[in-house]
Amino acid sequence: MKLRQFLDNIAPNFEKGGRLEAFFPVYEAIDTALYTPATVTTAPTHVRDGLNLKRIMMTVWLCAFIPALAGAYFAGLHANEAMQALGQTSVDNWRALILDPLTNYSPDSVWDCVVHGFSYYFPLYIVVFMGGIIFEAWFASKRGHEINEGFFVTSILFTLTLPASTPLWMAVVGIIFGVVIGKEVFGGTGKNFLNPALTGRAFLYFAYPAQMSGDSVWVAVDGFTRVTPLGNAALGQDYGVTWMQAFIGNMPGALGETSTLALLLAAFILVVTRIASWRIMLGCVIGLGAIVLLFNMIGSDNAMFQMTLKWHLVLGGFAFGAVFMATDPVSASMTNNGRWVYGMLIGVMCGLIRVVNPAFPEGMMLAILFGNLFAPLIDHFVVQSNVKRRKARG
Amino acid sequence: MEHYLGIFVKAIFIENMALTFFLGMCTFIAISKKIETAFGLGVAVVVVLGLTVPINNLIYNYLLREGALAWAGYPTVDLSFLGYLSYIGVVAAVVQVLEMILDRYVPFLYSALGIFLPLITVNCAILGAVLFMVERDQSFGESVVFGLGAGVGWALAITALAGVREKLKYSDVPQGLRGLGITFISVGLLSLCFMSFGGIDI
Repeated sequence: MKLRQFLDNIAPNFEKGGRLEAFFPVYEAIDTALYTPATVTTAPTHVRDGLNLKRIMMTVWLCAFIPALAGAYFAGLHANEAMQALGQTSVDNWRALILDPLTNYSPDSVWDCVVHGFSYYFPLYIVVFMGGIIFEAWFASKRGHEINEGFFVTSILFTLTLPASTPLWMAVVGIIFGVVIGKEVFGGTGKNFLNPALTGRAFLYFAYPAQMSGDSVWVAVDGFTRVTPLGNAALGQDYGVTWMQAFIGNMPGALGETSTLALLLAAFILVVTRIASWRIMLGCVIGLGAIVLLFNMIGSDNAMFQMTLKWHLVLGGFAFGAVFMATDPVSASMTNNGRWVYGMLIGVMCGLIRVVNPAFPEGMMLAILFGNLFAPLIDHFVVQSNVKRRKARG
Repeated sequence: MEHYLGIFVKAIFIENMALTFFLGMCTFIAISKKIETAFGLGVAVVVVLGLTVPINNLIYNYLLREGALAWAGYPTVDLSFLGYLSYIGVVAAVVQVLEMILDRYVPFLYSALGIFLPLITVNCAILGAVLFMVERDQSFGESVVFGLGAGVGWALAITALAGVREKLKYSDVPQGLRGLGITFISVGLLSLCFMSFGGIDI
């Protein structure tokens, strides 16, 4: 219990009137992360469930590792395949120091692929986490609110939407924008109206379009490029993968979004634990289905009009967005009826942007931001209609 | 038909008056605190835009543009330097006449819109839409659709902003950013979301 004693010993410095009072949120975050707080509710309460913000956020955070693991495997697989095709036996950057002793860069070995994939993940995640937490802690200290577990979720989800070869500094710029402008200026977790991870991602998308949406970013080996299936589809070419490959995730794409299978598993856990709203997820699928059927019926010389729902569901970021991003409880609609409308709005917008807008092959990210924008309005109308119904009932 | 639908959709989403051109910002920010009033103002803007853009289109095509006075026997006269003056005059006149009509025949709408009706005169989204109409050399039919579309787009934007601002009432914004500051940031983020339409070519 040395650590406990140490924490208790330094505690007075951080409490009110202490020398380091401004850093109380940092101390509190470390303390509650290591130990269960001693403060308990004494008055009679109406709590029916031990679920609190910390547990919600941690569940989402752990669930995010399912697609992350699958994404790492396939990112590593593609990198190793590319290296085999180019005849390279080692990577020519600092990763060789770690990877050479551990792996043979063989695309057949699961271990080699996962490790190679994670060698792109971890640096990204670490810099994203550090960059974001510094600003979060800074705001928390200045403004006197707690450092919140919400940032764990924001950071991992943000990392999972990035291409494997994103420059580290760019990832940091993105997460800082997301945390500061997307969340902290509104007062921290629970008080923002846009999903902070997506705000940062969208900022990067528009600020550095070449690095974020180009063809050459998706495979983590220099000089080897593969276009994402959605990019192919937008050009009217063959998708380059079979449906089954796309479903399990064997295709180029951002780190977390490729494997629909892993995302389904994560979605199952999130729905069973009642952390994410199944209404929103189902709403997204219904919305996308409706608009895609409509486009299929209209038909056009634009190849995207012909793409069937089956493909729309497994390609690109739709599944990832529907499971992790759209269900963010802060920025989504709060009412149950509103959640249906909100989900469908996102699905429809995603289909629209993918099919009609030639500038962006992928639309899920922007569709969710658009949904966030109208979520308060949807709630307002749901509440108003409830008020009217009750009045009519007398 | 498809052509008109294209103009309509483009005016609402892709070239949204408020969020892609940042026109009509003063009223956009001042009257977006409550959803009801924002919606009322939005409807008023739709009506005024739907009237002034076509009227100005007629004035431009039959009085002001070079050679427009050929029907009166002056084929070489070019009055387009009177453009701004005439357009803003028409906007002010339409708003005044609309106010009187509403006051006389639809008093409940008049009292609901209240101060917003005269405010619309100085809303730059209105003059902006008229000038776009002139610049794009639209026909009368196109100008009707464009005027209505621009109005609906502006109304949609201000209602969305009002929804967001009602939600932000529960936020804990830093002292220095309260009020206008956070509204500007919100409008910026709104506009980021509307960039999803940028690039659609109709």
